[in-house]
Amino acid sequence: MTDILNALILFANFVLVPATAYGAQLALGALGVTLVFGILRFSNFAHGDTMAFGTMVTILVTWWFQSMGVSIHPLPTALLALPFGILATVGMLLATDRLVYRFYRKVKAAPIVFVMSSVGVMFVMNGIVRFIIGPDDQRFADGERFIIKARDFKAATGMAEGLTIKVSQALTLGIAVIVVIALFWFLQRTRTGKSMRAFSDNEDLALLSGISPERVVMITWIIAAALATIAGTLYGLDKSFKPFTYFQLLLPIFAAAIVGGIGNPLGAIAGGFVVAFSEVTITYAYKKFLRYLLPENLEPDSLVQLLSTDYKFAVSFVILVMVLLIRPTGIFKGKVL
Amino acid sequence: MRIHRNVLLFAGMFGLLAIVGFGQSWSVALTIFNLCLISSVMALGVNIQWGYAGLFNVGIMGFAALGGVAAVLVSKPPVTEAWSAGAAGIGLAIISLGVTIAATIYARRKLTGRRRSLVSFAIIVAGFFITRGIFDPSVSAIEAIEPAKTGYLGGLGLPVIVSWAVGGLFAAGAAWLVGKIALGLRSDYLAIATLGISEIIIAVLKNEDWLTRGVKNVAGLDRPVPREIELQNTDWFISLADTLGTNVISFSSIFVKLSYSVLFAVVLLAIMWLSEKALKSPWGRMMRAIRDNRDAAEAMGKDVTRRHLQVFILGSAVVGIAGAMLTTLDGQFTPGTYNPLRYTFLIWVMVIVGGSGNNWGSVLGGFLIWFVWIEAEPVGAWLMDVVTSGMSEGNGLRDHLLKSAPHMRLMVMGMILLLVLRFSPRGLIPEKGGR
Repeated sequence: MTDILNALILFANFVLVPATAYGAQLALGALGVTLVFGILRFSNFAHGDTMAFGTMVTILVTWWFQSMGVSIHPLPTALLALPFGILATVGMLLATDRLVYRFYRKVKAAPIVFVMSSVGVMFVMNGIVRFIIGPDDQRFADGERFIIKARDFKAATGMAEGLTIKVSQALTLGIAVIVVIALFWFLQRTRTGKSMRAFSDNEDLALLSGISPERVVMITWIIAAALATIAGTLYGLDKSFKPFTYFQLLLPIFAAAIVGGIGNPLGAIAGGFVVAFSEVTITYAYKKFLRYLLPENLEPDSLVQLLSTDYKFAVSFVILVMVLLIRPTGIFKGKVL
Repeated sequence: MRIHRNVLLFAGMFGLLAIVGFGQSWSVALTIFNLCLISSVMALGVNIQWGYAGLFNVGIMGFAALGGVAAVLVSKPPVTEAWSAGAAGIGLAIISLGVTIAATIYARRKLTGRRRSLVSFAIIVAGFFITRGIFDPSVSAIEAIEPAKTGYLGGLGLPVIVSWAVGGLFAAGAAWLVGKIALGLRSDYLAIATLGISEIIIAVLKNEDWLTRGVKNVAGLDRPVPREIELQNTDWFISLADTLGTNVISFSSIFVKLSYSVLFAVVLLAIMWLSEKALKSPWGRMMRAIRDNRDAAEAMGKDVTRRHLQVFILGSAVVGIAGAMLTTLDGQFTPGTYNPLRYTFLIWVMVIVGGSGNNWGSVLGGFLIWFVWIEAEPVGAWLMDVVTSGMSEGNGLRDHLLKSAPHMRLMVMGMILLLVLRFSPRGLIPEKGGR
C-alpha cells in the first residue's frame, strides 16, 4: 500500500504538478495565437517572441523595483511589474499592427503574406530582445520559492517520497484560471466581446451590422499582448528566461492551438494541457515509479524513458501531425470564437 | 531596357566583390563569393517553392542540415567495427519501424470505429517498444567504439561530390513526408509543419551520436579539390605560381577557393538552367496558374495538391543540394551551428529582396544579402564604435552597446524583409509578365 502511495506521490511530483503548470502556460500562449487567428485569420509566428518581449520588459521593471527595495514578499516582485510589461507589449503590438499588418488588411493580401510578415516581425522582435537584454539566461524570480518542500512533506507524512510544489507553479495555475474566466466573461457577456465573436464567425455579416473592424482588431491585439506577457512571465518565473527558448515555445503553442481547433479558445486551453501532459509523460523516466509498483524480480534496469527530453519538441510535432492527419479541425471544431 | 537593368545589377554586385578583393583581400572576396554561390542555390530552391507555387517553407534549415548529413554519410570511411557491432541491429530497428507504420496504416484502412483506434494504438505501442528494444543496444554498441574518434557508423567512403545528389534525395524524402501531411490543408499548416520538422531534424542530429556523432561533430571531411599543402609541393603548381609571379602559399589558398567556386558555379548554372526551362515550359505556366488562381486551375482539372507536393519536393531537394555543398565547403559537419536565423530566415530575405518568382532575382538576392550579412558585421562594429566614441571607458551603456552589436544584424534583416515586402513586393528583379 505504501508502495502504491509512494509511486503516486512520485508521479505527482515529477509529472502531474510540472505538467499542469506547463499546460497552463501553453494554454495562455495558445489562447493568444488562437485569438489572433480567429480575428485576423493568420498564424502569428511572432507570438513566441512577443512573449519574450513582454517578459523582458517585466524583468527590467522587476530589477528596477528590486533595486529600489520594492517587494511583495512572499510573492515574486515580477507580479508587480507585470502590468508594465503588458502595457509595453500592448504598445508594441499596436505599433506593429499599424506599421505592418494594417496595410495588408487594406489590400486584402493572401493569408500567407500575413504569415510571412509575422515571421519578419518575429525576427525584429527577437533582435530587439537580444539587443536589450542579451541572449543569455536571466533569472528574476524572488520571494518565497516553495509552498510545499519535499523535506517537509516527507516529515509530515512519513512517506519515502516527497512532493514539491513551487510558488511559481501555484501562481501559474491561479493566474491562468483567473485570466481564462475573465476572457470568457469578456467574450460571452460584453458587447465588445460579442462583436469580436461575430467578426470571427462571419466577417461580412459583422461589418454589415456596423461593427468596426479596426476596433475589433485593436482589442484583439491588446488581449493577445496581455496573454503573451502573462504566459511569458509565468513561464520565466517557473523555469527561466532565455530568448531562444521562447522562440522554441512557438511549436508547442501552435500544436496546442491546432489540437484544440485553431480559432477556438476552449480548444486552446484543452490543447495546452494535451501537449504539456504528452510532453512530460513521454519524456519522464519511469524507472523509480515502476520500482515501487512491480515485484522485485521484474524491476527494470533501464531508465524506462519513452523518449529523451531532447526530443520534447518532437512530441508536439507528432501530436500536430496526428491531428492534421486524422482531424484537421482539432478536438473542438476550429474557427469559431 | 529591363535586361539592361539586370545586367547592371549583377555588374554592381561583382563590383562590390571586387572592392572587397582590392580593399580587404582576394582570399576574403573569394570566401564571400563561394558562400554567395551556395546561398544562391538555396535561394533558387526556395524560389521554386514560393515563387512558382506560393508555398511558405519555414524549415529551410532542416533541409540544408539533411544535405550536411549526406556529406558525412557519403564521404566518411565506414567504421568497420561499428558496422559489425550494431549495423544489423539498426537495420532491424528500421525494418521494425517500417513494419509498425505499415501495420498501422493497414489497420486504419481495414477497420472502423472504436476498434480502429484501439487496434492502431496497440500496434503503435507494441511497435514502439519492439523497435526501441532492438535499437537501444545497437546504439550503445556503436557508440562504445572509440567514442573520442568515431563512435558512429561512418559513411560509405565515396567521393564527397556524390553527396550533393544524395543530399538532394534526403531533403526530397523529408519534403515528401511533410508535404504529404500538411499540403492540401490551410496554407499556414505547411509553414508550421516545416518549422516543426526542421527543429526535429536538428534535435535528432544533435542527439543521435551513432549517425553523425551528434554535437561531437564530424571534422576532416573529404574534399572535392586538392589540399593547399599538396599543391605547394606539386611541381606544375610551383612553376605556375612562378610564372604568375605570386607567393606559392597564398596562391595555393586562392587556387583552392577558385576550384570550389568553379564547382559551385557549375551546380548553380545547371540548376538555374533547369529552373528557367521548367518555368518557361507548360509545367511552369501551370504552376503559376495554380498559384494565381487555385480555384480556376482546379476547375480546369489540375490536381493542385499533387502539383504542390511535386514542387515542394523539388524545391527542398535543391536546398538539400546546397546544404551538402555548404558542409563540403566547411569540411566539417556541426549540428550545433544550425540556427533558423542563418539558415531559414536569411534565405527568405534573399528570395524576397531579389524578386520572388524570378530565378535571376533569387540569384542576385543570394549574392547581395550574403554580402550584406558578412560585411554588416565589421560595419556594425565600426558604427557602434563611432556611436560610443563619446562615452567614457567603462561606461555601462557603452559596454552593452558594443556587446550587443551583433544582434543588430537580426533587426536589420527583419526590417529589410518587412520593408521590401511592404513597399516593393516584386523585389529587385521582378517576375516577368503575369501580374
